[in-house]
Amino acid sequence: MTRKTRRLIIIAGLGSILAFAVGLVLYALNDSIVFFYGPTEVIEKKINVGARLRIGGLVKVGSVVRSSDRMVEFVVGDGNNEIVIHYKGLLPDLFREGQGIVAEGRLEAGQRFAADSVLAKHDENYMPREVADSLKKQGHWQGETKP
Amino acid sequence: MTVEWGHFALILALVLSLCQVGLPFWGLVGRDAALMQTARGTAVGSFVFTFLAFTALSYAYVQSDFSVINVAMNSHSTKPLAYKISGVWSNHEGSMLLWVLILTLFAALVAMARQAIPLSLLAAVLMVQGAVASAFLSFILMTSNPFLRTLDVPAEGRGLNPILQDPGLAIHPPLLYIGYVGFSIAFSFAIGALIHGRIDAVWARFVRPWTLLAWSFLTLGIAMGSYWAYYELGWGGFWFWDPVENASLMPWLAGTALLHSTVVMEKRDALKVWTILLSILTFSMSLIGTFLVRSGVLTSVHTFASDPSRGKFILGILVFFIGGGLSLFAWRANALRQGGLFAPISREAGLVLNNLVLATMAATVLIGTLYPLVLEAISGDKISVGAPFFETTMLPLFLPLAVLQPLGTALSWKRADVWAAMNRLSWAFGLSLLVMGIVLYATRGGSVLAPIGAGIGLWLVLGSLGDLWLRVWRAKAGWVGNLSRLTGLPRSAWGTALAHAGLGISLIGIAATGWGTEVISTVGKGAEVPAGPYRLVLEQVITRNGPDYRETIGRFQVYSEHNKLGVIEPGKRIFIGQTMPKTEAGLMTLGLGQIYASLGDFQPDGTVSLRLYWKPLVVLIWGGALVMAFGGFLSLLDRRSRIAAPRKAGLAQGDAA
Repeated sequence: MTRKTRRLIIIAGLGSILAFAVGLVLYALNDSIVFFYGPTEVIEKKINVGARLRIGGLVKVGSVVRSSDRMVEFVVGDGNNEIVIHYKGLLPDLFREGQGIVAEGRLEAGQRFAADSVLAKHDENYMPREVADSLKKQGHWQGETKP
Repeated sequence: MTVEWGHFALILALVLSLCQVGLPFWGLVGRDAALMQTARGTAVGSFVFTFLAFTALSYAYVQSDFSVINVAMNSHSTKPLAYKISGVWSNHEGSMLLWVLILTLFAALVAMARQAIPLSLLAAVLMVQGAVASAFLSFILMTSNPFLRTLDVPAEGRGLNPILQDPGLAIHPPLLYIGYVGFSIAFSFAIGALIHGRIDAVWARFVRPWTLLAWSFLTLGIAMGSYWAYYELGWGGFWFWDPVENASLMPWLAGTALLHSTVVMEKRDALKVWTILLSILTFSMSLIGTFLVRSGVLTSVHTFASDPSRGKFILGILVFFIGGGLSLFAWRANALRQGGLFAPISREAGLVLNNLVLATMAATVLIGTLYPLVLEAISGDKISVGAPFFETTMLPLFLPLAVLQPLGTALSWKRADVWAAMNRLSWAFGLSLLVMGIVLYATRGGSVLAPIGAGIGLWLVLGSLGDLWLRVWRAKAGWVGNLSRLTGLPRSAWGTALAHAGLGISLIGIAATGWGTEVISTVGKGAEVPAGPYRLVLEQVITRNGPDYRETIGRFQVYSEHNKLGVIEPGKRIFIGQTMPKTEAGLMTLGLGQIYASLGDFQPDGTVSLRLYWKPLVVLIWGGALVMAFGGFLSLLDRRSRIAAPRKAGLAQGDAA
C-alpha cells in the first residue's frame, strides 16, 4: 500500500465520521431544542397550540391551587400577561408564590399550559435568568433583590 | 492583619509569576542558561506565596472574621469547622483562588520534578505556566479580590448556600480543579514544543504522566460531582446535561483523546502535530469551562452572582490563550517534523479512530452547550438544548466506540490481523452477546436500549480483563504460574485494562437506569409504598434540630419480603441564616442498587408528597468511574511513566540550547 492510498483511507475515514456527526447534530438541533418564551411573547408571537416550549415568569400570589391527586394549577405572569399552568408532580423546593419559575411542557388552547416539569433553577438571587430578562423586557424588573 | 498579609502575598505571587514569564523569555532569546534557570525558582516562589494567600483566607474563615466581605457573605459562626474551611471555595473569589493555587502548584511540581526535561523546553513550559498564572492572578486582584474588608462589620455572616454545605462540596471542586488545571501542563508543553520547534517521542514521555494525573483527578471530580448532584438535588438523576456539567465533560473527552494520542506518539513517534493540537484544545476546553461557570452567562447551582466585568476579563484571558495557542500552532506546526503514516489496520490506527470519535464527541458537546448562547446573542431567541439533544448525538458516537474498544487493544502495533484479534476475544464477545440476549428476553416489553447498553458494558469488562489473561496465559505454566505472570504484568497494562473495564462498569450502571421504578404519591402515617422488590412504610413525621439547621423528616421503615431492612429519613432542612428549605434525599444502598426517597410539600392534613425510586445497579455508575480513575493512578505508578524517572544518559545532552 502506498503512502498516498493510506492517506486517502485515513482522510475518507475522518470525513465520514465528521459527516455522520454533523448529520446527527443537525438532526438533533432540528428535533430536540425547546424555545423559551414569557407569557407576553406567547401571545404576541401567536405560538401554535401543541408546541413544546418553556414558559417562565412570576407565580402570581394567591393563584396556586392544589387538588387531591397532586395536580397543581397556578398562574404565571410577567406583569402584562398571564398564562395558567397545570402540572402533576412534586414542585421544587424553591417554588413559591411571587417567585420566578420556568415550566417546560405543551401549550394548550385558551392560554393554558400543560407542564411536565417545573424548574426553579436560579442563581443566588433566586431568579431564573430567563425570567429576569423577560421581566426586564416587559418593564417590570425590580432589580437584584435579595430575599 | 493576617488578611492584609494574604493580600500582599497574592500581589507578590503575581509579581513572581510575571518574573516567571519575563526572565526565562530573555533567557530563551539570549540563550542564557542562568536566566532560564530562574524559571524554576520563580515558579516555586509563586506557588509558595499563592499558598500563603490561600492560608490567610482560610484563617479568616476559621476565625469567622466578618470584617472580610467574602467571609461575611459566605460563612456563619455556627458552621462546623469543616464547612468553614470548605466555605473558602464555595464562592466565586475563593474558588478562583483555589484554581490559581492548583495552577501554581502544578508549575512548581514541574519545576521540581526529576524529569530530565531539556532546560530550554522547561524554561518555555514554565514561562507559559507563568503567563496563565499571571492572567488569573490579575483577574483575582482586579475583579474578584477575596481580601476586601468592610468598615461596616456585620455581627453575623450570611451563611453558606445550604446546597453547598455537604462533604461533597469539600472535595468536589478541588478534585475537579486538579483535573482542569492539570491539563495546563500539556498546554504549556505544547506551546513550549512549538516555540522550541522540535518534538519527539521523549516529549510525549514528559507530558503523559501529567495528563494522566489530571485525567484521573478529573474523572474522580466528575464522578463526585455527579453523585453529589444525585443525592443533593433530590431529582434522582445522575447527569443532567447541564451546561456546567458539560463544561467538565468536554475537557474530559478531549483529555481522554490526548492520553491515547500520547501513547501513539511515545510508541510509534507518530501523530505529533495532532497531539500538539489536542494538548492546546484540551486546556482550551478547561478554560471555556471556567469561563462558562465563572462568567455568569449560565444559570445553575454553580453560578455565583457576578458582575459583567468579570465575564469580559475571563473572556479576554480565554481569547488570548486559546487564540494565541492556535495561532502559534498555525504558524509553527509546519516546522515540526511529521511522523510516519501507518497501516489502516493496526493498534495505532485504532487509537486514531478513538481520537477522532472522542474529539468529535467533545466538539458536539461544545456545540450543544454554546449554541443557545450564540443564538441568543444573534437573534434574541432563548432556547434550551437539553438531554434529548445530547442523547441523540452522543449515543450513536459512543456506543460504536465502546464496541470497538476491546478489539482495538487486542490489535498489535504496526500491522495487525483483525481476524486474529476477533478470534482471540470471540469468547468474551459471545458471552456478552448471550447475556444480552437473555436479558433482552427476560425484560421483553421494557427498554431495548438498557440490555444493549448492559451487554456492551459487559463486553468492555470481559474484553479488557480477558485480554490481560490471554496475554499471560501459557498452557504449560499452570494456574499458579499464570497468576504470578498476571501479577507480574506492567502496572500500565493493568491500568489500561482497569480504566476500560471501569468504563464498562459505568455503562452497565447507566443502562440499568432503564430498569428502575419511580413512584410519586402522597402518603400519610402508616402508608405503604412499593419500591422495586422492596416496600416502605411511613412511621412518623418528625421535626428536629441539627447543628445549624432545623429539619422535618419522614421516617420510613424499609421492608423486603418479610424482613425489616432499616430506616431512611428523607426530609427538608432550613439552615440558620437562610429562608429557603432544602430537600435532603433519603438513600439506602441494597446490594448494588439504591432506594431513593425525596419529599415534596408537607400538607396541612399531615400527609406529605413523596417521590420514591428503586434504582438497580446504580452504584456501578460511580463505582466504574472510581475503577477508571484507579486505573489512571496505577498507570502513573508504572516505571515507564514515573514523574521522577531516573535520568537517562544521553537524554540530558539532547538540549541544544
